[in-house]
Amino acid sequence: MTREFISGNDALAQGVRLASPKVISAYPITPQTTVVERLSEMVGDGSLDAEFIHVESEHSALSCAIGASAAGVRTFTATSSQGLLYMAECLPYAAGGRFPIVMMNANRSVALPWNIYGDQRDSLLLLDSGWMQAYAQDAQEGLDLALMSYRIAEDPEVSTPFMINLDGFRLTHTYEVVEVPDKESADRFLPPFRPIGSIDFKDPQNIGFSAGPEHNVFFKYKAHRAVLRSRSAIAGSEKAFSDIFGREYTGLIEEYRCEDADHILITLGSASGLCRHAADAARSEGIRAGVLRIRYMRPFPAEEIAAAVSGAKSVSVLEADVSFGGSGAVFSNVGAALFSAGLSMPSSNYIGGLGGRRISQGDVRRIFSDMAAGKTGVRFIGIEEGLQ
Amino acid sequence: MSPPVPELSDDEFFYGHKACAGCGGSLAVRIALKVLGERAVAVLPAGCMSAVGFNFPQLCFANNAIISTFAGTASMMTGIEAGLRARGITDFKVVGFAGDGGTADIGIQALSGAIDRGDDVIYICYDNEAYMNTGTQKSSLTPFGARTTTTPFKGNVRDKKDMFEIAAAHGIPYAATASVGYLNDYMRKVAKAAEIKGTKYIHVIAPCPTGWGAGSDETIELAKEAVDCGLWPLAEYENGEFTLSMRAKDPSLLDGHIRRQGRFRHLTSEDMEHIRELRDRRWDRIERKWNTDQRRRTQ
Amino acid sequence: MRPRLVDPPKFGSPDDYPEGTSFEAGHLTAVNSGWRRVRPEIDGGRCTGCLLCYLHCPDGTIIRNGRTVAVDYDFCKGCGICAKMCKAGAIKMEKEHA
Repeated sequence: MTREFISGNDALAQGVRLASPKVISAYPITPQTTVVERLSEMVGDGSLDAEFIHVESEHSALSCAIGASAAGVRTFTATSSQGLLYMAECLPYAAGGRFPIVMMNANRSVALPWNIYGDQRDSLLLLDSGWMQAYAQDAQEGLDLALMSYRIAEDPEVSTPFMINLDGFRLTHTYEVVEVPDKESADRFLPPFRPIGSIDFKDPQNIGFSAGPEHNVFFKYKAHRAVLRSRSAIAGSEKAFSDIFGREYTGLIEEYRCEDADHILITLGSASGLCRHAADAARSEGIRAGVLRIRYMRPFPAEEIAAAVSGAKSVSVLEADVSFGGSGAVFSNVGAALFSAGLSMPSSNYIGGLGGRRISQGDVRRIFSDMAAGKTGVRFIGIEEGLQ
Repeated sequence: MSPPVPELSDDEFFYGHKACAGCGGSLAVRIALKVLGERAVAVLPAGCMSAVGFNFPQLCFANNAIISTFAGTASMMTGIEAGLRARGITDFKVVGFAGDGGTADIGIQALSGAIDRGDDVIYICYDNEAYMNTGTQKSSLTPFGARTTTTPFKGNVRDKKDMFEIAAAHGIPYAATASVGYLNDYMRKVAKAAEIKGTKYIHVIAPCPTGWGAGSDETIELAKEAVDCGLWPLAEYENGEFTLSMRAKDPSLLDGHIRRQGRFRHLTSEDMEHIRELRDRRWDRIERKWNTDQRRRTQ
Repeated sequence: MRPRLVDPPKFGSPDDYPEGTSFEAGHLTAVNSGWRRVRPEIDGGRCTGCLLCYLHCPDGTIIRNGRTVAVDYDFCKGCGICAKMCKAGAIKMEKEHA
């Protein structure tokens, strides 16, 4: 193990190196670029024994990764924003085919208007694509997820692609001290890839077939069931990770001062640190605030969220996403979870950080005040005008 | 040399599929796989051949085969080639079979990328000159004058894109045109492609009786005539040189060849004249730029 | 090596299906013979064994045995290409009787 002062992208690339994928196919896009630059360097200098494929588009990046995965090897790709949307067709393809590809997405705003800074509209637009989705809060978690994601995705009960999300610039380009595990420990943690149903010359396979109305639903059901079953693979992976590396993760969600909280703010990604500070500030002023960080959007922690907020007087979701004419995707998922659990406390949705706009501690502090005052609805941070 | 028919493998790798009776594309796939053998991994994008061959639980490829996204044939081939090589497997061929739309329209970017990288794959375009799987819509390989459901009155207003020369312009190690009407030539080219390292592109004209408006038994004649009348020159590109595989036997066959196809039935005499001009201009260029001396063609 | 006609497997519950979209290659559960309106009949006496019918069949349904040929009527669609290719006139397309 070494301690290095590196960016989120560098940390992610280190995690990928430790996982030893055999084929990496990627196309550059800000703010993902330095991930693929680091990986190209590692392949070039021999510290990573992989084929780096210079594809001509993101669609080809994932298409190539699917091909390599079908050939039975561990694969990696990375993208962001427009690139993620350009490859969108291949996402449900990879999920339906149950190819355990790992992809890093540098969360970035989606055009129009053009903007290269961080928000989560890109990955949340593809929440329904069948991939597991995890959101890191710092560079260390990015690295650790890179290792854990392969173990989870490749679990035979799961065999589903995995998207690791890092907030663009705020995580991808921010330098932190990161513990980089040694390769031996990484190998102890991550077993070799044992593909199912891959290309086989002794037992040839027809792959990626059509399935008509009679059969189709069974494949979808099994893919759904596999993502639900990933919960135990995630738990097992985190346990093994803690045993080997000593760092603990808390499953699909991470709670902060939720036990006795009246007002719980739910968020994901790099904003959660800020939210925790704001919750402390709110508590010092008499509002019993808590923060729930969603680590995984798929599988969705519906039961965990409902259990964590069941004693709260109000719930709010802060996210860098909005579905025009609806709400943020996280909020609609959380809302369904609360409804299913029979919870009906007042709730609100704060849209903040779009296009990389800074959210201040004061902004979050005001969310807690609004919650205490019983405000509900979908609101944009920084825009006072009410939405009817 | 091509494997003479008696020596061609008895194996059938593409069998029991649901292609229309007389489908030229399915013949192109069948024959190529017989030449390449059981170590071929076939990649087929959305299109006729994937639609007819992969209806679970009716799976019609005896070898490893996979459907790719429509645009992703070449990039999936790249991934498979790299993946199998990473597993330490060496004795295999990755072969793609994409239609004209899958190749010259939606798949051209990925194909260009694969050729640019020099990926060791064989890409075969089976050209039936329109989107036949969706019921005959114009592609960029639909010829001038051909009626499709999206060029319903006068027919297509432009001529085919020249994918063979586009592939060659990349400096590809090997490219060829072929016809299911000349299977010995096609088999020889597939066998040759299998021996060459790097990206190989074979463009095989494969009539679609359903979309061309012809009888199901006319496929081979149509494919042969297209070559004989000079509309579809058979050639190879290798080491930076174009070499004609055979001369057009009888340019006067053109009118009859066009007239027998339902998709051209509406053409005026001016249209016919235009088709002749397009063909003759092409041949002028071939005579100037290609190696057309048949004695120089070595086997 | 060629795809085999098998009894269709029973599919009733999720676990009857593969994980992912990968299954045994060359797995045929239905024939194509119902497509045919005409069927090729081979006159062995006139057949010269040139194998052009075998070579050009889009469905690969002409089975050769040395230089003699037979038709796999389970999968022949009756397109008539074999009869057209036969220079010896040894293949006639006959009306299919229902």
